[in-house]
Amino acid sequence: MVKVYVPIDSTALSLGAERTAKKIVQEAQTRGVNITLVRNGSRGLFWLEPLVEVETAQGRVAFGPVQPSDVLSLFEAGFTEALSDSAKAHPLYLGLTDDLAWLKKQQRLTFARVGITDPLSLEEYVAHDGYKGLKNALAMSGADIVKAVTDSGLRGRGGAAFPTGIKWNTVLNAPAEQKYVVCNADEGDSGTYSDRMIVEDDPFVLIEGMTIAGIAVGATQGYIYLRSEYPHALKTLNEAIRKANLAGYLGENIQGSGRTFYLEVRRAAGAYVCGEETSLLESLEGKRGLVRFKPPLPAIEGLFGKPTIVNNVISLATVPIILDKGAQYYADYGMGRSRGTLPIQLAGNLKQTGLVELAFGATLRELLYDFGGGSASGRPIRAVQVGGPLGAYLPESQFDTPLDYEEFSKIWAVLGHGGIVAFDESVDMAKMARYAFEFCAVESCGKCTPCRIGSTRGVEVMDKIVLGKNHPQNVQLLRDLSDTMLNGSLCALGGMTPYPVLSALNHFPEDFGLSNKEAAA
Amino acid sequence: MVGCEVGLDNTLSNEQHAQIQAHIQAHQHVPGGLMPLLHAIQDDIGYVPEVVYPEIAKALALSVAEVHGVVTFYHHFRTHPIGKHVLQICRAESCQSMGSEKLEAELKAKLGVDYHQTTADGSVTLLPVYCLGNCGCSPAVMLDDEVYGRMNTEKVTELIAEVCHG
Ligand SMILES: NC(=O)c1ccc[n+]([C@@H]2O[C@H](COP(=O)([O-])OP(=O)(O)OC[C@H]3O[C@@H](n4cnc5c(N)ncnc54)[C@H](O)[C@@H]3O)[C@@H](O)[C@H]2O)c1
Ligand SMILES: Cc1cc2nc3c(=O)[nH]c(=O)nc-3n(C[C@H](O)[C@H](O)[C@H](O)COP(=O)(O)O)c2cc1C
Ligand code: SF4
Ligand code: FES
Ligand code: FES
Repeated sequence: MVKVYVPIDSTALSLGAERTAKKIVQEAQTRGVNITLVRNGSRGLFWLEPLVEVETAQGRVAFGPVQPSDVLSLFEAGFTEALSDSAKAHPLYLGLTDDLAWLKKQQRLTFARVGITDPLSLEEYVAHDGYKGLKNALAMSGADIVKAVTDSGLRGRGGAAFPTGIKWNTVLNAPAEQKYVVCNADEGDSGTYSDRMIVEDDPFVLIEGMTIAGIAVGATQGYIYLRSEYPHALKTLNEAIRKANLAGYLGENIQGSGRTFYLEVRRAAGAYVCGEETSLLESLEGKRGLVRFKPPLPAIEGLFGKPTIVNNVISLATVPIILDKGAQYYADYGMGRSRGTLPIQLAGNLKQTGLVELAFGATLRELLYDFGGGSASGRPIRAVQVGGPLGAYLPESQFDTPLDYEEFSKIWAVLGHGGIVAFDESVDMAKMARYAFEFCAVESCGKCTPCRIGSTRGVEVMDKIVLGKNHPQNVQLLRDLSDTMLNGSLCALGGMTPYPVLSALNHFPEDFGLSNKEAAA
Repeated sequence: MVGCEVGLDNTLSNEQHAQIQAHIQAHQHVPGGLMPLLHAIQDDIGYVPEVVYPEIAKALALSVAEVHGVVTFYHHFRTHPIGKHVLQICRAESCQSMGSEKLEAELKAKLGVDYHQTTADGSVTLLPVYCLGNCGCSPAVMLDDEVYGRMNTEKVTELIAEVCHG
């Protein structure tokens, strides 16, 4: 009985993995070939999805991309005996999965199991080092758990990069009868999908991370706020929570420890701003997602007014390995004050897109060319947006910037949630600047004027600039408007929209009908 | 095909009303229960009928205005019935970098509708979406609950034909 793996991750499904899986089962039956089909997560090599793997004595062998129409020829080649010469001769044969350069060059810590295991098999999760972190945590004091997270150097992977341990410490020291752990799985940033992959492809690691967070700070209830655009993730997560409850990893008396942690998924409803933590909390309370003034911080007065940890999926999913292998193990990766690894998501106009988890410090150029293989269109890459729709556009001259929070802020850019979107030379950067305002106008919560009015004014000014009306005055207006939004907005939606706008203007003035000199004036 | 926002029946059947009442009861005492309640209603009925605001408000100790405020704040919730199928086209940056604007223009022309409209035969409602988390395979669309990657107009047209005619 040979194991054949076909991913169940949304991206693989979006390329036809379901039909490929069905065809494989059907063909195996017809031919009387004995296989066990496993639906694993995605390895994150999206140009090769659906990536089919076959178990062998030497490890898993990959074939891809496998369309239903390829299945016949794979069986003809005897691909279920993947080490055979005929299998190796098949045009889709890729060799041992672990030897694929894309994977070999990575440091997968948070994504250690992603693509390897069946996401909903608790047995496999445990067999692949799952729940070791929780086991250690259950033997530690809350303060020691928090200290381990602090010492690891982990910073918020949602984008703001605030030290996770310091946030937890605030919650730990806030006296209250009831505290909460809230996972921000709203993943609104375009160009990002690492949260989705964790939730769909290794949900137990998030559940474990949240459980550890609850035990550390004394919170007994957790919520996962999951964006409504991810229906597959919702199903997987609910099923994983059900299994964890049944196996005594959630609920009362976790693994006989006497500790309690309940976990529930709540669906978002398509508002980008609800990824902002206070807007998210309002939404969880059943209200409109209006951003709250800070302070008070959620760590002091969060959900229903109680001390609350709000963390991104990746931040929480990284906690188990820190508690398993130790703070130092994690901190040993990275550069400067950016410790550990970042799950980077390659998107847009690239030949090879997908998930790349690397220690901080790799350059954008390595990602775009060594991993990404250059543009999909074959034309030169002209601009790259890093960190979602509120992130700056970078020109080629900045491609050697290492991925590091501080290095990026030096060039007035952000790493954010680690999304990298490439554009080839056909991009019109004035259009992208206009779009940034448009997006802000669509998604503004409306609480403050610079964002609510400024974004709509921005669209108008951009329209005038594109038409070439009163150029110098309108560019000045654009700068003034951006200034007002930067300094006068309550949250980063209005406050960071100037990043894509001004970076586009400053690096690509020609698209705004300006010479370099005019743009700088 | 001509775009239309009217003509879809929005009278509630007794059965639908009973479903809604059951959801209201189930969510009445859930902390922050309004959002899950609205989802449950829309999952079943296809939209959140304005006629049930008073019942929701009463059960959750809110004002009708508050219920209205929440429903209208979120892009996902709608107050009117829509087409049999929902097609969402991703408008965000990664998909733009791979030609989503062309896809969007062609599909609007093909279906004869703009965003937030339903085809004349009531089969498809077109909606914009800002990222489907499928940015590695742009341009992406979502048809009902399934996401599709590396799309073009022909492929999307085929998908629509598939869901409509089997
Ligand atoms: N992942 C996405 O999809 C997405 C989307 C939009 C924006 N973003 C990112 O969001 C960022 C902005 O987020 P923000 O407005 O929450 O940033 P922020 O700097 O206000 O807060 C960051 C986090 O640290 C906490 N914090 C700050 N000081 C603290 C203290 N003294 N003690 C305890 N906790 C403390 C905050 O409560 C929050 O959880 C942007 O940089 C952007 O990159 C991400
Ligand atoms: C407009 C806006 C949208 C945001 N969206 C998200 C999001 O989708 N996911 C996320 O984790 N953080 C998002 N954030 C950041 C959160 O406010 C918060 O910083 C984060 O959830 C904290 O978790 P972390 O410390 O683990 O990163 C957003 C911020 C803003 C201003
Ligand atoms: S900046 Fe925009 S989204 Fe943020 S609080 Fe102000 S109006 Fe709301
Ligand atoms: S930008 Fe279109 S799927 Fe993310
Ligand atoms: S319109 Fe889709 S089923 Fe007939």
